[in-house]
Amino acid sequence: MPAAPRAASRLLLGALVLAAVLVWPLLIEDQFYQRVGALVMLAALSASAWNLVGGYAGQISIGHVLFFGCGAYASLLGFTWFEWAPILGAPFGVAVSLLLALVVGRPTLRLKGHYFSMATIALAELARIIVTNTPILGGAVGVSGPAMPRSVLDLSFISPLPYYYIFGGVLGVLLLFTWWMSRSRMGFYLRAIRGQERAARSLGVPAERYKMYALLASAGFTSLAGSLYAAMLGFVDPDSGLGILLSVKMVIAAALGGAGTLFGPLVGAAILVPLEEITNAMFGGSGTGVTYVVYGAIIVFISRFAPGGLAEILSRLKAWRARHAG
Amino acid sequence: MILAQVVLNGFLVGAVYALFSSGLTLIWGMMNVVNFAHGDFVMIAMYVAFIAFTALHLGPEFFVPLAAMMLFLLGVVVYYGLVRHVMRGPILAQILGTFGLALVLRYATLWIFSANFLSLPENLLGEVQTVAGLRLEPSRVVAGIAALILTIGLHLLLTRTALGSRLLAVAEDRNAAMLVGIRPDPMQALAWGLGAACTGVAGALIALFFYITPTVGESLALIAFVVVCLGGFGSVPGALVAGLTIGIIESLTSFWIGPAFKDVVVFILFLAVLWFRPQGLLGKA
Repeated sequence: MPAAPRAASRLLLGALVLAAVLVWPLLIEDQFYQRVGALVMLAALSASAWNLVGGYAGQISIGHVLFFGCGAYASLLGFTWFEWAPILGAPFGVAVSLLLALVVGRPTLRLKGHYFSMATIALAELARIIVTNTPILGGAVGVSGPAMPRSVLDLSFISPLPYYYIFGGVLGVLLLFTWWMSRSRMGFYLRAIRGQERAARSLGVPAERYKMYALLASAGFTSLAGSLYAAMLGFVDPDSGLGILLSVKMVIAAALGGAGTLFGPLVGAAILVPLEEITNAMFGGSGTGVTYVVYGAIIVFISRFAPGGLAEILSRLKAWRARHAG
Repeated sequence: MILAQVVLNGFLVGAVYALFSSGLTLIWGMMNVVNFAHGDFVMIAMYVAFIAFTALHLGPEFFVPLAAMMLFLLGVVVYYGLVRHVMRGPILAQILGTFGLALVLRYATLWIFSANFLSLPENLLGEVQTVAGLRLEPSRVVAGIAALILTIGLHLLLTRTALGSRLLAVAEDRNAAMLVGIRPDPMQALAWGLGAACTGVAGALIALFFYITPTVGESLALIAFVVVCLGGFGSVPGALVAGLTIGIIESLTSFWIGPAFKDVVVFILFLAVLWFRPQGLLGKA
């Protein structure tokens, strides 16, 4: 196919997908599916935020729930302490997350590979234990948002639809940012760092500074996702806001779709969230066990057979087809 | 006197920490792969001990070796089925591979056994003795001493036998080892088997006095990371010293500050070591 029609057809395909994403919740009456849609958007948002540092920069953080929890707690603590609308706490959550990323990132980003991952796990667990044992932060019980919505600022809606579009809007901003970043100098630096950090440094890439930028952007968006999540649920406790499994979900969604690709985390989220909701609906209370067995099996399978995720499988398929067509 | 009791208890638990951390450090030193499922291996061993005791009425003299054998097998299978293929892949695959395995083990156990806390009878090995004012719980004493002996045994196996030399040769330089006729694959599988067998023994021993629950591996894995970092990657004597140290620090923290904070101190210590002395206290730079 010549280049111009191909670009046009890709554009058309993109427009169709976008239109479908925007319209489908309006066509479906069932609130269960609308809720799943909103949760997919949220998962895609957090996974894309993780993707900035975990995918593009190749620094596998398993402690991103630290930033997510910051956002979630900031919005609900703002309400508990000062009766603020939960969303007003979001900027504070982002500010605290950026500060944490600065403080924590300086020493941890020096660590290579596994060591970075382990340090991030330890940090997140540390935060969870500290919050669990600090009564003013809600302790083990957690904190709640307003019982009754007081104004539209409380972002407390009965229908999942507004959440779908709010999460989707923020996701859109993040995707634009990611797209811009990946084509900017920063994107090239990050890919060089991911490929071979020592080589990148020897070519004059200021690796530490750019890894820090990626971490800051990632932490900010992750925190925002946490705030929105807390506004939707109206409740957060150490497990639902700071549990290690939340980090794991971000990593799995990105890795399944393809870490370090623009749309990979979206594809991953669109597969994993419905899967989780369906297993929960099928197995009831024991569903959590089954869900994570399936999650675990998926990531074992990906790392064993296709470390690049579905994106890699797709490009392999394309190459295979090209070989056999020509 | 209370302080002596606290230190003794910490020492005995620390010996078990040292044993399963030795397994992690062996794998890590051999092939520079972190087993993120290490804590869950320990958890599996605890369930093996529990089932062997409740369903088959086997005593510790049987269920400890049984757990060791089963975990040895698990380690070898995991090496050939998964680790061998991901260890040269991208870092994401290396981390996610064993992390996914951890999720499968942890939540399959949760699914089968539910989240209830299980435990073996306290007086399985006899009643509490008081010697010179110290309360000696037989289960803790036996677990601690057995773990201590086995950790030292593992060190001797690695440093004093031909097999150990072959293992260390592969760890040192895979290609050079191949040149002198050592096939690296069986050696690395053996390292995984031995490393997992350490968790098998340690899990069965710790089950004598610890609560048994599917998520117990999470905190045990972090303890193993701390011990390995503190002791130096790949060093069994380092793991021994660090394991005992962590056990005693944990015990003192729960005594002075409160049990909820014992992990806080350990994790802070871990981060401090990673930041200031990434090669560990006894490791080479």
